[in-house]
Amino acid sequence: MKWWLLLSCIVSLSAHATWNNPYPRGWVHENTLFSAFSAPPKTLDPVRSYSSNEWVFLANIVEPPLQYHYLKRPYQLEPLILTQMPTVHYDATSDTSSYTLHLRDDVVYAPHPAFAGKKRKVTATDLAYAIARMSDRRNGSPILDMMMPLIVGLEAQVATLAKLPKSSEWRDYRQFNPQGVEVVDERTLVIRIKGQYPPFIYWLAMPFFAPIPWEVDAYYAQPGMKAANQSWSWLPVGSGAYYLAENNPNHRMVLQRNPNFHSETYPHEAGSTVPKSLLADAGKPLPFIDRVVFALEKEAVPYWTKFLQGYYDASGVSSEVFDQAIQLNEQGKLSLTAEMRAKNMQLVSSVATSSSYMGFNMRDPVIGQGNDKAKYLRQAISIAIDYEEQIAIFLNGRGVVAQGIIPPGIAGASADCNPITHVGEAGQCQRRSLADAKALMAKAGYADGIDPATGKALVLYYDTVSTGADDKAQLDWMRKQFAKLGIQLVIRSTDYNRFQEKMLAGNAQIFSWGWNADYPDAENFLFLLAGGNAKMDAGGENASNYKNPQFDALYEQIARMEDSSERRALIQQAVAIVREDAPWVFGLHPQSVSLFHGWVNNVYPNLMANNTLKYRRIDVTQREQAQERWNQPVLWPFAVGALLLIGLVGLVWRK
Amino acid sequence: MTTYIIRRLLWLLPILLMVNLLTFILFFVVNSPDDMARAQLGNKHVTDAAIAAWKAARGYDLPLLWNSEASGWSMLSQTIFWQKSVQLMLFDFGVSDAGRAIGADLAQRAWPSLWLALPSFVLGLVVNITLALLLVMFRGQWLDKLGLVISVIIMSISGLFFIIGGQYVMAKLWHWFPISGYEPDGDLWRFLLLPIMLGVIAGVGSGVRWYRSILLEEADKDFARTARAKGMSQWQVMRKHVLPNGMLPILTGVVAVLPLLFMGSLIMESFFGIPGLGSYTIDAINSQDFAIVRAMVYLGAVLYVFGLILTDIAYAWADPRVRLGDD
Amino acid sequence: MLVLWSDVVVWLLVLSLVGFGWQLKRDALARERWRLVAQSHSALASSVILLWFVFIALADSIHWRTDDPYRPVVSALDVALTEMATGQEKSYSAPFAIESLWKETRQLDDGSVIRVPVALKHAGMHLNNASEQATDMVQQSLFWLVVGAGLATILIMLLARLRLFKTSDLPWRTAAYTLITLSALSAWLWGMGQSYHVLGTGKVGQDVLYETLKGVRTGMLIGGLTTLLTLPFAISLGIAAGYFKGWVDDAVQYTYTTLNAVPGALLIASAMLLAQLYLAQHAELFASEQERADVRLLLVCLVLGLTGWTGLARLLRAESLKLREMEYVKAAKAFGVSDGKIIGRHLLPNVGHLVLIAVVLDFSGLVLAEAVLSYVGIGVDPTMPSWGNMINLARQELNREPVVWWNLFGAFVGMFTLVLSANLLADRIQQVFNPRAQGRS
Repeated sequence: MKWWLLLSCIVSLSAHATWNNPYPRGWVHENTLFSAFSAPPKTLDPVRSYSSNEWVFLANIVEPPLQYHYLKRPYQLEPLILTQMPTVHYDATSDTSSYTLHLRDDVVYAPHPAFAGKKRKVTATDLAYAIARMSDRRNGSPILDMMMPLIVGLEAQVATLAKLPKSSEWRDYRQFNPQGVEVVDERTLVIRIKGQYPPFIYWLAMPFFAPIPWEVDAYYAQPGMKAANQSWSWLPVGSGAYYLAENNPNHRMVLQRNPNFHSETYPHEAGSTVPKSLLADAGKPLPFIDRVVFALEKEAVPYWTKFLQGYYDASGVSSEVFDQAIQLNEQGKLSLTAEMRAKNMQLVSSVATSSSYMGFNMRDPVIGQGNDKAKYLRQAISIAIDYEEQIAIFLNGRGVVAQGIIPPGIAGASADCNPITHVGEAGQCQRRSLADAKALMAKAGYADGIDPATGKALVLYYDTVSTGADDKAQLDWMRKQFAKLGIQLVIRSTDYNRFQEKMLAGNAQIFSWGWNADYPDAENFLFLLAGGNAKMDAGGENASNYKNPQFDALYEQIARMEDSSERRALIQQAVAIVREDAPWVFGLHPQSVSLFHGWVNNVYPNLMANNTLKYRRIDVTQREQAQERWNQPVLWPFAVGALLLIGLVGLVWRK
Repeated sequence: MTTYIIRRLLWLLPILLMVNLLTFILFFVVNSPDDMARAQLGNKHVTDAAIAAWKAARGYDLPLLWNSEASGWSMLSQTIFWQKSVQLMLFDFGVSDAGRAIGADLAQRAWPSLWLALPSFVLGLVVNITLALLLVMFRGQWLDKLGLVISVIIMSISGLFFIIGGQYVMAKLWHWFPISGYEPDGDLWRFLLLPIMLGVIAGVGSGVRWYRSILLEEADKDFARTARAKGMSQWQVMRKHVLPNGMLPILTGVVAVLPLLFMGSLIMESFFGIPGLGSYTIDAINSQDFAIVRAMVYLGAVLYVFGLILTDIAYAWADPRVRLGDD
Repeated sequence: MLVLWSDVVVWLLVLSLVGFGWQLKRDALARERWRLVAQSHSALASSVILLWFVFIALADSIHWRTDDPYRPVVSALDVALTEMATGQEKSYSAPFAIESLWKETRQLDDGSVIRVPVALKHAGMHLNNASEQATDMVQQSLFWLVVGAGLATILIMLLARLRLFKTSDLPWRTAAYTLITLSALSAWLWGMGQSYHVLGTGKVGQDVLYETLKGVRTGMLIGGLTTLLTLPFAISLGIAAGYFKGWVDDAVQYTYTTLNAVPGALLIASAMLLAQLYLAQHAELFASEQERADVRLLLVCLVLGLTGWTGLARLLRAESLKLREMEYVKAAKAFGVSDGKIIGRHLLPNVGHLVLIAVVLDFSGLVLAEAVLSYVGIGVDPTMPSWGNMINLARQELNREPVVWWNLFGAFVGMFTLVLSANLLADRIQQVFNPRAQGRS
């Protein structure tokens, strides 16, 4: 029975070249890019979505006013649906800055039933609508609490909307424009913010500020839509290069070229470090690819296997396959192995604009602020934790030891060594010796790690979110780092919720956390230590509850300035203060590594932009040939199986 | 018959009620809505206001069982219990904690589950019974003994090994099948053949033994012995007496589990990337989306109860001596 | 001396088994049946293997605290396997390898950099160079095999002297051969484990053979404890329902139908999720991670037990319904014997065989279930050595090049041996004790 079935399958299979093509037959021959996602996105609602695994889709669908230039470094903003960069005007009497946005005339939304077949242009009202929609608590915007003190009249607007009777009916946000958001005409919008805050412009490059057509909002508010998963969360509409043709987060997402996409061409300019080959397509209209298929792939084995078989065009590199794919050469530089080079792969890697650090709770009596002894203790620990080793052991060398709070590649970052923990020239920092750390311990009053109060080893508490067996090795390693100083580290691992609660209440002593840049500006990292953002007081992002008036004053000053050499000098001062105070062990900046097949063109890492699909180009014939070559079915087991079967039948027969 | 079924339904209704109450107590008493909100909201800029908004959007801001601020009927209805559990009883599955409509997802994912589970089940049944018949025919001979030994060996291997090994060898090394995936249009069988085959192999050990014992029981009964004594061939005895009589226990066993096939296979689906209800459940468990888990528990209970009723009917239909009504 | 909660349970379990054996001595019929069980070659060999597993599990159930911060709690098994337990490498290495599977960066004299495997810290340390390895392994293997087999042979001869093998119709020879093989194998594993990683090392450099052996206790506990936890529920409720009928019967039936109605995996998952939440919220109750993992293991057993009693209860109910109509029960009732006494004297002894069969049949199913639960993430604690966790981690390792198969292999061999022996013994027990199955082989 089984064999007959198998046989009939084989007969019908022989018509095809490869048996294991995991897509509908025709797709691999078309101008389609194949990608995967490992966890379903939680929401694609532009007002709410705030995670990179959602923006992978969303940023290609909706278009905020600005975008990052694909190839220029350092990162630079450019107009996307605007005719020019917003003009900023500071009014000293009212202490407000107004941003004037001039919309392009040719930006049209992708087709949607709510538009009833009409070509709907993006208007200034749509931009205002998005901000008003954000101000409604009902829509759960994660950045509302941050924007409230910034945009004029937003706070009042939030209060007004909160007073409305509770309902799930549609609200026409055209009637609820905050005072600081003014629609001048069809193509002009003015946003006024309090004081001076240049980093505000970066927010205009995020999906939160993408235009929202009221028709679609009204359409999704109709009864029955939500039950059919027809909502902003699952079918966002925008003017981007692609629209969401199929949304099944449980299986696959398909982006299809937006027939109404406005004219945009591949960039002519590039940063000095960018290879010239990336400019081969300069001036050609975007996008190149007709369809992008994202398949849900939760298990690592199928993901990597399909990538090697040529069925995914790109893949990350997990630690399991690291040695197969990548080797480290001179000074820890990454390069492809011979096997991958034979497959004509491309390696794309860059240091992420994020920090993962170990924080000290500065309100803690033992390790916190207040006296120099605690400071020496923190500094000693900063030296003792050997992040170079951690990167080598746990990250396969994919990371850079942090010398301060600001990751490389961000305006205001500098490469010099942290004099507290390292010695040497910029770029060649050597960790200080353990003897230095032990001397600091003695200065702190804990010679050899002995706590004079108890006469025993100093006990410190480390709070962490840990679940897997993999974490255990990391925790053991961490315990060893403290043991080098004679400190006994007690690890309190809890689940994520409990950890958050502890942090809010300030019950943690030492903890690990990370920050991923919202935008490429030092301010986005400095604010993590601003006293006003202390987690215990304000629920802000300053998890260390660090408060230093000198630093805070510098921060206020930096936040109000445009990028300049003067500002960079101030940033250096601020960084120096933090290095000395050591509220964090600065940890590391992870390096992201991904592999692309040779037939994918125009790949260059841009950690700020998510709407990069429109720049990609693929060579379909090259891909077809590779797939054929790599996926020939192995046939000898059939012969062996048939022989075995005949033998068995013969045996039974003869008996 | 109809009255019996109605009576049976009435007896089973409290079971569904109890299941519902049980899951409600389990999930809401231990895991507070605040916890759910924080688990879903991610880690940037999570403020109290954001948590409150999240709860309000999903109706978790209501009191659990009794709303003292409301009046009249809404004291009962404006509660989490009413909004979630009672609605669930009426098959209104609501919205998952992640924000998707559960009903729509269930409808979409039931098909892949069924496409995988039903062929696996039917093919498994056919293979198991055929092999069991073969063993019974060669009873006591070397084929029977070999078959039993192989059965015990297969039984003693965790199904996970078959799946991991099969996927590795046949999909990864030999390129016979897509290593994972599911395409509803076109050649669906390319994606399902491997999981179905592995499912059948993993179940063949216990299956063959089980059916062999059922068939042996029939083969030892007097009528079969008499038939054999009268000179009927072994094959005829099997066909005429053993198999038809063995069908009753087999049938009733089948009917009881048939509805549960809807629930999908947890392991198989997640290994082979089949977007069915089984992988839905696993994902919900892993992401702690209790709204989905609650819905699946209830759905499972309903299907189980449905299976019970089907079993009764099957008994009555297959064996006229059974009068419905005596429990 | 520190005692984990599961240790207490394990030893209680052993005590009750011993008590059960004591009971047997007085019951001639039962003794006769057990003799029948033991007459089967496969059943006797399986029993020897199972006893060996029990022995390992027991050795791993005597814990005490140490001063070593990296091994705050050790068991007798840990001490016996100190070399394997502490011989941690950095990461993967193949079975019997003396070089690592991972590569490290080395700078050559001319300044160029290469990636090379490094020598393992705890394997082949006694070798002067790699070429000696083959000879050394052959010599050592022979030595340890002979030692193991010899020890077992001496033990058997001593026992024979003591005339313990009085019942001559039992296949003692099979048992003796099994024991000798087992002993030789164990000695070989232990001996080779002193100087090599017999099954290689895992992701964080742990010895896979050691992990596999530690998995024995977890598997045995889940199989054994869970089945025993189900017994009180199943026996009391099942018999009560069948004997008293009426509303008691209704209530019991209602309870188990409700429990059955909830899909098993989901009920376990829900209960385990909640248990996990509870453990996370009360982290301060546990002094070490090991204690927390231990409590979680017990919770897994409890949850499995809570959901697993219904099948047996249903069987016992049906049997009691039949028994209560028996003449002698009716007679006892007519004489005014109390219900408790009737149940104790007439019902309980007559359903004993059903209980026994259920226990042995469930055992292997539960050992297998543990793997699946761990895969779903609702099983034992991820830090606890268990075969399920090993399989779960091993899935990713198949992506490696060269393939890391030894974790999967270790778990496979451990599970397969345990479950196969349990299945073979269960088969025989069922054959002997179940009158309906008699005459079928």
